[in-house]
Amino acid sequence: MRSDPSDYTLVAPPSLQAVVALLAEEPGAWLPVAGGTDVMVQYAAGTLPLRKLVSIWNLPELRGIEVLPAEIRIGAGCTYTDLREHPLVRREFFLLARAAGWTGGMANQNRGTVGGNIANASPAADSLPALLAYDAELILVSVRGERRLSYRNFHTDYKKTKLASDELIRAICLPRQFAGYISYTRKVGARNAQAISKVCMAALGRTADGVVEDVRIALGSVAPVPLRLAETERLVKGKQIDASLLALARKTAAAEIRPIDDIRSTAKYRTVVAGNLVAEFLAKLGAGAPAA
Amino acid sequence: MTGPLERPTPCELSLHVNGERRTVHVYPMERLLDTLRDRLGLTGTKEGCGEGECGSCSVLMEGALVNSCLVPVLQARDANIVTIEGLAAGSELNDLQQAFLQCGGAQCGICTPGMILAAAHLLHKKPQPTREEIREGLSGNLCRCTGYMQIFEAVAEAARRRGMATP
Repeated sequence: MRSDPSDYTLVAPPSLQAVVALLAEEPGAWLPVAGGTDVMVQYAAGTLPLRKLVSIWNLPELRGIEVLPAEIRIGAGCTYTDLREHPLVRREFFLLARAAGWTGGMANQNRGTVGGNIANASPAADSLPALLAYDAELILVSVRGERRLSYRNFHTDYKKTKLASDELIRAICLPRQFAGYISYTRKVGARNAQAISKVCMAALGRTADGVVEDVRIALGSVAPVPLRLAETERLVKGKQIDASLLALARKTAAAEIRPIDDIRSTAKYRTVVAGNLVAEFLAKLGAGAPAA
Repeated sequence: MTGPLERPTPCELSLHVNGERRTVHVYPMERLLDTLRDRLGLTGTKEGCGEGECGSCSVLMEGALVNSCLVPVLQARDANIVTIEGLAAGSELNDLQQAFLQCGGAQCGICTPGMILAAAHLLHKKPQPTREEIREGLSGNLCRCTGYMQIFEAVAEAARRRGMATP
């Protein structure tokens, strides 16, 4: 049932400081809303968990991509359009630029934000495997100050995160250390575009003398949280890629993921597809293929 | 300092719609779509799905294509908004509107305002788009009638004419 705007409070404080002060005043009472591409859908459906919203759209402290020598810091309020149009993101963080281009149509890319995607914490979000593959770190902010933590274990369970009730995601940091890596990403859905993934994968790898030196494999829609395949990565590292390794990698990946049957797919289908994607990536890595 | 509010209260805010400053008395969570249609009488903007999937309610906000069903009006405070009504100069249709007419890019008309605004946004960013870029630029806008081909043709035709007009 459609929501009645007179039942909801929405405020738009002028600064990040004012927003975190509000969150601290009543922890858990305010729902931040940036571009509204998730929150307003819940609002339309009458399923918003809170009646008090605080707008963080266009807060200057959350916009912009800062390029430092060792990392880039992406403001949590950057939109998918900001990401896919940024020359350095396109050059050094191809997986993220590609995922940004996959996320909805132009109108949603102009409004949806990377911080919102993380906070909304859908295991099917297309940009989250890319962040996992790049070993992203998050900067969180509250009146208590800022803290920085690895994104890898940020999602603790389905739609649960380490974000405290008075905290906001301020920035996403990506280390600039992936020159020479092969990038692979693939989204499998009912259609190529405008469809939520059945399985989405982002992976990076580097070989030397035919041996895998480093590898990062991240998958979406195969577990309650976006997932790095730690066991599969361990299996592959230091090995030569051949048919028997591909077969073993498929098995290891299948044992690591925890897919479910839902409206978009089945656990069985997702397991087969995840194995196929892992094998396809490793085959490309072994062949020294250029970026996918 | 913005303190917690006990009861939601309406507020007065202004938007620049199609070049005109308009002031409205609204609840801040009202959808921009409803403000445009119900308060400002700009019914060219259509509601389709109401959840950001179909693009019927597309408008330009600060030059960016957005789904107005997903914009709480408070976030449009002081913003420049362009709706389909803002494209024509009086009774003179703009070039995209003419191209849609000539190429058969409109049938029932529900998706058309959003399609044309998506096309305007695309041509602003990419004056001479490829077929693939046209498809991507309009990919958030659904049409049940035309099968899309005439729409793509209309956008390509408008781009061609603009290219000829500005050598």
